[in-house]
Amino acid sequence: MRRYFGRKLAIYALTFVVAVTLNWIIPRFMPGDPVLRMLTRTSVSNPEAIAPMRAYYENVFGLDVPLWKQYVNYWVELFQGNLGVSVWLFPAPVADVILHAVPYTLALLLPSILLSWWAGNKVGALAARSTWLDNTALPVSYALTATPYMWLGILLAWGLGIVAGVFPVAGGYSFELRPDWSWVFVGSLALHWFLPFLSLFLVAFGGWAIGMRNLIIYELEADYASYLAALGAPRRLIRRYAFRNALLPQITGLALQLGVLVSGALVTEIVFAYPGLGHLILQAIQNQDFFLLQGAFLFIVIGVLVANFVIDIVYVLVDPRTRTGMQGAA
Amino acid sequence: MTEPGQLTDTDHVAAPGVPALAEPVVSLAGRRRETLHFALRNKKVVGALVVISGFLVLGLVAPLFTDHGPNEYVGPPAAGPSADYWFGTTTFGQDVFLQFANGIRSTFVVGLLGGGLAALIGMTVGFVAGYRGGLVDELLNMLTNIVLVLPALAVLIILHAYVGVTSVPMQAVFIGLFSWPWVARAVRAQTFSLRSREFVDLARLSGMRPLAVIRREIAPNMSSYLFMTFILLFGGSVLMAATLDFIGLGPTDAISLGLMMNSAVHWSALHLGLWWWFVPPGAAITAIVGALYVMNVGLDEVFNPKLREM
Repeated sequence: MRRYFGRKLAIYALTFVVAVTLNWIIPRFMPGDPVLRMLTRTSVSNPEAIAPMRAYYENVFGLDVPLWKQYVNYWVELFQGNLGVSVWLFPAPVADVILHAVPYTLALLLPSILLSWWAGNKVGALAARSTWLDNTALPVSYALTATPYMWLGILLAWGLGIVAGVFPVAGGYSFELRPDWSWVFVGSLALHWFLPFLSLFLVAFGGWAIGMRNLIIYELEADYASYLAALGAPRRLIRRYAFRNALLPQITGLALQLGVLVSGALVTEIVFAYPGLGHLILQAIQNQDFFLLQGAFLFIVIGVLVANFVIDIVYVLVDPRTRTGMQGAA
Repeated sequence: MTEPGQLTDTDHVAAPGVPALAEPVVSLAGRRRETLHFALRNKKVVGALVVISGFLVLGLVAPLFTDHGPNEYVGPPAAGPSADYWFGTTTFGQDVFLQFANGIRSTFVVGLLGGGLAALIGMTVGFVAGYRGGLVDELLNMLTNIVLVLPALAVLIILHAYVGVTSVPMQAVFIGLFSWPWVARAVRAQTFSLRSREFVDLARLSGMRPLAVIRREIAPNMSSYLFMTFILLFGGSVLMAATLDFIGLGPTDAISLGLMMNSAVHWSALHLGLWWWFVPPGAAITAIVGALYVMNVGLDEVFNPKLREM
């Protein structure tokens, strides 16, 4: 058990180091001069003012010390929780800006991932041996899983939001309200949350349903299923075993899909101007706010790594084979 | 997005989307003819091919019949679909149909180039790791795992933001560089199982070089799987490019379906009710990627006799 988790943790730690290093390398070694772009953004007309500003930015980036020291400094700053100062929301620290946005993103991501996984697996398992459901649910699922997240979001916002006028299409809560814990505010929060949630849910749902359907069909053709059937076991029992076996690869699939799901959430937030990380990234790009962009990148990487580790733990909990295997062999 | 059913197969189960590895009994030409025979009788494969080639022809031919660029202001602003402008015009009077046709071109470029590059890297890493084993395998496996957990879109956002992508092929290369790891894992697993087969041993004993063994003995036995992998990578690259373009990190000197949606949302086409601006690009992506997935299911039936409904 310790060896298994040790290996996994080592990979995640290495990935984190690679991510931080990429985050450090890209601004420094890639073509393009971010400092110059930030300077042009401020559009200072007086050429004499450029030089001190340039010096200031190079100091902020820490570009005025040797390379190896820049790298070490970068890590030190990171562990102090210092991700720099946002340009867009000057002078708010990047870490604060991001921490305000993360709850919105999580509120979209967690329910949509878990619910779509659960519902997709259920429907997929039902479709596996019912011709009627298979003929309706499967084409729909293929269409959904091929849909770009933002397009479904746009269609929902347009159809249910603007044409039907049922749901609001922008913001995390009504612009007339201030955040507090009143019923009015929570209601507004839920109303604004629903459409982005729905579009994330639907696209992810299609993929899970297809995956589960295919897995169940394979499981039902396995020897143990035929054996049980020959013994006269009820179909329900066989299907239940098949479902439980098919869930394992779906859990692995969840880990592999995390990146795609997160990117789906980012663009969905942009469609609905939902105040999460995606919205921040958009603002950061439009305002050339590189500190904010890099901070958001690190947060996404950390989030995905943590989620991966949680899935690893869940996998060990649900699959007895990994547990006995680890105790016996290692 | 690649469909989960195809992705989950690497470690724990016999893969659902993977055809059984057939021993080479029939001659290669004969097998090819047989595959073609079944492929052309499979409704899913044929239907998907019709959809995809329809879009391809549209993307290749339609831009030839006009002397305007896709971003030129040619018509009345915000006009609905008409005989002159089939898909209407944008708020600035750009021809949506022209943008659409050019965008489909970009979509195919991204899919072919990005998917192709990812397939190439993934297969190389998978073959080498699976065939050599040992330390090489350990190192490549570690690299694969790292790129696998790293959220590709986040890395691509940073890269695009700093480097500034100007052309569609450049974007495709970036996408390809970060979407290969699941292919490498799957190919590695299959190479592992093939490596100890007798015909591979025989080839090795007869003095074949490792590269030749991989190319002539191992790869042909999973060619169907490799082809299906490429199809999934094609679809994944298209969706990834659309996502990046939509965020506003698309190529600056081209038009793509994602960029169309980006400008539609940016210039509030939703509130102005200009549905012809944002419905076609998303519908085209859905149709192309959906057709690719359906083709994959059909090909699975073609390559795997167990699944054939006849």
